[in-house]
Amino acid sequence: MSGLRIYVPGDAAAVAVGADEIAVAFKAAAPRNGTAIDIVRNGSRGLHWLEPMVEVATSAGRIAYGPVTAADAATVLKAALANGGDHPLRLGDPEEIPFLKNQTRLTFARCGIIDPRSLDDYRAHGGYKGLARALQMQAAAVVEEITQSGLRGRGGAGFPTGIKWKTAADTAADQKYIVCNADEGDSGTFADRMIMEGDPFVLIEGMTIAGIAVGATKGCVYIRSEYPHAIAVLDDAIAAARKGRMLGTRVAGSPHAFDLEVRVGAGAYVCGEETALLDSLEGKRGMVRAKPPLPAHKGLFGKPTVINNVLSLATVPVILEKGAAFYRDFGMGKSRGTMPIQLAGNVKYPGLYETAFGVTLGELVEDIGGGTASGRPVRAVQVGGPLGAYFPRSLFNVPFDYEAFAKADGLIGHGGIVVFDDTVDMAKQARFAMEFCAIESCGKCTPCRVGSTRGVEVIDRIIANRDRAANTALLEDLCNTMKFGSLCALGGFTPYPVMSALTHFPEDFGAPPRLAAAE
Amino acid sequence: MSSYAPWDIESARAIIAEKQSMPGALLPILHALQEEFGYIDREAEPVIADILNLSRAEVHGVLTFYHDFRQKPAARHVLKLCRAESCQARGSEALAAHAAARLRIAFGGTTADGSVTLEPVYCLGLCSVSPAAMLDGRVVARLDERKLDTLLAKAGR
Repeated sequence: MSGLRIYVPGDAAAVAVGADEIAVAFKAAAPRNGTAIDIVRNGSRGLHWLEPMVEVATSAGRIAYGPVTAADAATVLKAALANGGDHPLRLGDPEEIPFLKNQTRLTFARCGIIDPRSLDDYRAHGGYKGLARALQMQAAAVVEEITQSGLRGRGGAGFPTGIKWKTAADTAADQKYIVCNADEGDSGTFADRMIMEGDPFVLIEGMTIAGIAVGATKGCVYIRSEYPHAIAVLDDAIAAARKGRMLGTRVAGSPHAFDLEVRVGAGAYVCGEETALLDSLEGKRGMVRAKPPLPAHKGLFGKPTVINNVLSLATVPVILEKGAAFYRDFGMGKSRGTMPIQLAGNVKYPGLYETAFGVTLGELVEDIGGGTASGRPVRAVQVGGPLGAYFPRSLFNVPFDYEAFAKADGLIGHGGIVVFDDTVDMAKQARFAMEFCAIESCGKCTPCRVGSTRGVEVIDRIIANRDRAANTALLEDLCNTMKFGSLCALGGFTPYPVMSALTHFPEDFGAPPRLAAAE
Repeated sequence: MSSYAPWDIESARAIIAEKQSMPGALLPILHALQEEFGYIDREAEPVIADILNLSRAEVHGVLTFYHDFRQKPAARHVLKLCRAESCQARGSEALAAHAAARLRIAFGGTTADGSVTLEPVYCLGLCSVSPAAMLDGRVVARLDERKLDTLLAKAGR
């Protein structure tokens, strides 16, 4: 570790646009420049239109360059070695870039900054301070701290995390589990992947705190198979934490035991539903369970289980370190703290934007996201993944808040926003929502299993202009049945994209446009 | 390009035995078999059922439930093209049509010469650099027809 530190993200999004090739080119070119370099494969800062974005540690702090191609590698390296010198791709201090500067990074405080595989780096940037405080508290007080922070499940359901913990803590058992849901299947979302690839120790710390708080000694992270980079980084981080005695029989020298392992999914979207995930972990088909019993009472292998999303658990350390009030002071209404929002699809500035709840959809899409990448007008944005509603521009004043989105017949889900320009055909998008549900349905309940296939057929008839009015009424009725009759959110929420497309964009279904109809 | 060992029930049995004591061992076993052989031969089902004390139907049910598990070998190269919403917003459907036309197969199919299997994937988490794909486990993004053609050329198509 004697050379000049150069950061080339190992984040999958950066790798997918050539970061590995740049790291190789830097290594090859370094001897010719006569300076020893030390390449760190950091996570991504989340400014994805600038990826691959490389940084060099200079006497005046870090200087970024991007987006770097393999062809630029030699000249960028030369400029970087000259103490962050000039280059057409020079971006200056990355933290001064408005997209990053204007964020409130609590969960993602270290992502893109540290070496994700280095326990020392994690500690040097404030890591394990939350656990240190938790170890000085009574377990019940740790649970209370989470409850008081107002943290709600970041997977999409928005259920208060502290209540889940308390239920598991109050259930007596010889074995309890902490399960992390890292089956991030929603299109438009990548925050779980980024944190696992960029700051895996924060997830390990959060799960350790959860284990101590509820009396669980075993943890399990269920990661989807589509995330090989996240699996590799988290595996390495777990090994490093064990070696550093932060996992094992005496966590950080305390009397508490906690260890965890990574389990890999197998390409089933429905396993993101918590009870299907538990069945999958038990080696079964990922079938949704009826509730009750709640997982906090009878979860993995029938034992009390806390099952939380990656972001929920990764937010626990900062809450413990800085206190519930610090976290609760951000946000609006019943949505407290910050949300790592993900901007994707046809958007000029895609990436990760962590900010306090309350920012409006329009600010996110137009101001922060910069509108479309294609330069055409924004027509629709889907918020919350394939089960989230499509919003027209007329609803851009809705603030990012669980309740405000529910009131607008939508959901914030896992915080993904997918932008579409005016070339989108909303009837096609509605059809896709039903088709996706049919492909991914676990098959346990009829409204989802059969309703989704019938839904595709009905939408096909509407598109083909066969008995349009009757079929549109039938589609609305079918959506109602799925919404209220399905066992889980897959069948229950598929009506959101379908009905929102039909309600806000009727002209794509052969009906008069909404505004004209209202006037 | 991935190279796999030819199917062999005895080495499969060793892989199964190695993982049998894990809690919820079935998925890790199926993953390990597929990693070794590229697919899970039908011959493995009664062996797994016997070792894990499950019915053969249960094993078959799990194997066929998950999209990842293959019951027959894939081509030398596997191209998984994302067809979820974020990639749709950046033109993935046109890209999908281009790939299918160039390879002269439908999604889920394998080219006649056995060089490429084309599969859909519903999100690789690369939505900020859409459209995205995975070729033999390597991620690629900001795809267009030219970039896709270069990839397929490397795969011998």
